Amino acid sequence: MSLRSPIGRARGLGSAKDGTHHWWHQRVTAIALILLSGWFVISLIAMAGASYEEARAWIGHPVVAGLLLLTIGFMFYHLKLGLQVVIEDYVHGEMVKLGTLMLSSGACLVGALACSLSVLIVAFGG
Amino acid sequence: MLHFGKSTAGPQGTTPVVIMTTLKKAAQMSLPDRPLSPHLQVYRWPISMTLSILHRITGVGLGFGTLLMTYWLIAAAAGPDWFADAQTFLDSWIGRIILLGFTVSLMFHFCNGVRHLFWDAGKGFELNTARNSAIAVLLGTVVLTVATWIIGYEIRG
Repeated sequence: MSLRSPIGRARGLGSAKDGTHHWWHQRVTAIALILLSGWFVISLIAMAGASYEEARAWIGHPVVAGLLLLTIGFMFYHLKLGLQVVIEDYVHGEMVKLGTLMLSSGACLVGALACSLSVLIVAFGG
Repeated sequence: MLHFGKSTAGPQGTTPVVIMTTLKKAAQMSLPDRPLSPHLQVYRWPISMTLSILHRITGVGLGFGTLLMTYWLIAAAAGPDWFADAQTFLDSWIGRIILLGFTVSLMFHFCNGVRHLFWDAGKGFELNTARNSAIAVLLGTVVLTVATWIIGYEIRG
């Protein structure tokens, strides 16, 4: 048993340096998504009932494609962070938890890739 | 300890029985004013707790909703046939119900997320403020959802 006080032990080990990393990223992505999701929803409303050509022209516009890629990135990262917290709160078995976390993070990555590639394919006229 | 049988008068001329009665009365009188720990039969569920769990539920729901967005973007990239299928699905009753659920969830998560950001900045923790902001979130959700669908239908014709 160590005779060092808890604060002394903490000082000896040093801080983990990234304890607030997850929390902070969730907030930063949230603030970015206030603007991006607002733009996204308004655009989708304006696009209601658009034809195939209109939809492709919209997605393929350089500014729109850029904003879509930003939205996709922030959205899926925010989703990954949020799902992680929910899983860590409710799934208790260590192996099941790890498996669920890998599955949800992987699904977010695949979703982000599928969306981004689709935007790029339309933008570069695939 | 109080002994009923053998004791005589107390220091101030009161018997233990009188002291007991007084203590009991005092206990009964003071009971309603005491803060009690949450008890299932008398517990009033705060609105903030409902919104808190709804934030998670809508968040997970929106996660599944991104599948719809993914499908739509893939369809737009894959060609006219895929896109037509996607539009037909979104136009169907099931598609519209899913889209309505998506809109409600998004607007709620958006409004309540802003509320959470205010809390993160250390503002709005007072009980009244938290309750009022909760009601504002619910109103905002309804107004934004209805506005979205009305404008959507107007544009679509």
